[in-house]
Amino acid sequence: MTETVFHLFQYEFFRNAVWAALLASITCGIAGSYIVARRMVFISGGITHASFGGIGIAYFLGMNPVAGAAVFSVLSALGIEYMSGKTNVREDSAIGILWSLGMALGIIFVFMTPGYAPNLMSYLFGSILTVSHTDLWLMLALALVIVLFFTRFYHTILFISFDEEYARSHHINVNLFKYILISLVALTIVMNIRVVGIILVISFLTIPQSAANLFTKNLSTMMIYSIIISVIGSMSGIVISYYLDIPSGATIIFAFVVLFGIAKGLLTIKTSRGIKREIKRQDELEKQH
Amino acid sequence: MSDIIEIRNASAGYGDEIILHHINLTIRDEDYIGVIGPNGGGKTTLVKLILGLIPPLQGEVIYRDGYLNSLIGYLPQTSRNDRSFPISVSEVVLSGLMSSRPGVKRFNRKDKARAMEVMEMMGIAGLRKKSIGELSGGQMQRAFLGRAIISEPRLLILDEPNTFVDNKFEHDLYELLRNLNKKMAILMVSHDVGTITSYVKTIACVNRNLHYHPSNIITQTQLASYNCPIQLITHGEVPHTVLAEHHHNHKHD
Repeated sequence: MTETVFHLFQYEFFRNAVWAALLASITCGIAGSYIVARRMVFISGGITHASFGGIGIAYFLGMNPVAGAAVFSVLSALGIEYMSGKTNVREDSAIGILWSLGMALGIIFVFMTPGYAPNLMSYLFGSILTVSHTDLWLMLALALVIVLFFTRFYHTILFISFDEEYARSHHINVNLFKYILISLVALTIVMNIRVVGIILVISFLTIPQSAANLFTKNLSTMMIYSIIISVIGSMSGIVISYYLDIPSGATIIFAFVVLFGIAKGLLTIKTSRGIKREIKRQDELEKQH
Repeated sequence: MSDIIEIRNASAGYGDEIILHHINLTIRDEDYIGVIGPNGGGKTTLVKLILGLIPPLQGEVIYRDGYLNSLIGYLPQTSRNDRSFPISVSEVVLSGLMSSRPGVKRFNRKDKARAMEVMEMMGIAGLRKKSIGELSGGQMQRAFLGRAIISEPRLLILDEPNTFVDNKFEHDLYELLRNLNKKMAILMVSHDVGTITSYVKTIACVNRNLHYHPSNIITQTQLASYNCPIQLITHGEVPHTVLAEHHHNHKHD
């Protein structure tokens, strides 16, 4: 079995998939931890689905769908962030509107496009086994930008995310940071739509992060653990989907959920052992008295 | 004793709702001002105005020596923080250096030593590696107070520091503030008038308008004349009176 797995590396599509999984794990591990820490999962879901509008319009105009999705998702991300600063709009309702509007536009424009849109399914459900070199270069560029930005401004990002008003009282340009961060989140979503698809991309941004959050309460450690969990989950997902001949995106997400279950189980065992040890220690202390 | 901040004929509010009307206040070194007033009267708006979080709609807020990086330390009301946010106690305290080390990549040894010193002063050094959500209300307030004073500000602003904390902490807090007041001016917002009047030096009554009372002894009659309908349960040498329910023609929010 191990031999056959390594034997797969002779195929270019497999090497590309491994690179894609690695880069997706880095971008999603970092951006996803930010989303989870700031409780922006629903916002991210909205951005993801809004980007489908961009894909549809790009198809209709005969442009690159990824470029269309990027423009659409960054604009909707900036729009959501802008609206969230205003008190007169209910943020969750606004996201709900944008979410379905994006999907509706996508469906209409794809329908109006003459001929059959062959790759559409791959945008909905992803296909890591068909990522192109261009996709990989774009993912690499994004990963570099995200890693550099988060390492350079880690503390500022941490402090702004924890207590925005306090950061404002220190005259930090909170809005600028929020706009940059939400744009990076939007681009992360778009780049990873190729890997797991619109419907499943949100889990790439939340499941490994939630598992990581079980073991650490430190944002930077959470990012690193998320990347590790994502790499393990996505690699196993690719291999399993190849051998069982089932869709890769769904298999990766399933692997994530299994990993999350294992993490939760380990933690429960650790906690109950800790409790038992503590009870024993207390009992012994009592005996001594 | 020189001026730190002067608010001159300022009005402030949110959107088209003006909460503070034509207020004047000068904060000087060594000041210890208690800000009292009914809910919705504009206490927190005043704090936001001083911090520069909202602009004056009219008049001006003058920072005498410019708005320096460590001019103001701020302890906000605690309730709004997300308790499950992944941040440690020492990181929270260090975040008070945000503006003295703008865009800091790594905190240096001096910063960390200063954080340690502050956490020891607050009695939370042993909790420094815990995440903020694991702390009790009082411990959390200590961490936030540490964040407010780590930069050694010239003015410390506290917004309702005694909510969600126990009596023991409240007592410690006032003792700590008494010591801090030797080094920095303090402006403290509180709903608990009786307690703060025994610690502060002067009082500002805020209810749409601001009436500055240059003493920590205030009577029911004075409160009424300041249009400040709050219950006055006094301590110590102040006459023991409870202010009667005050009726207003205009509505409070």
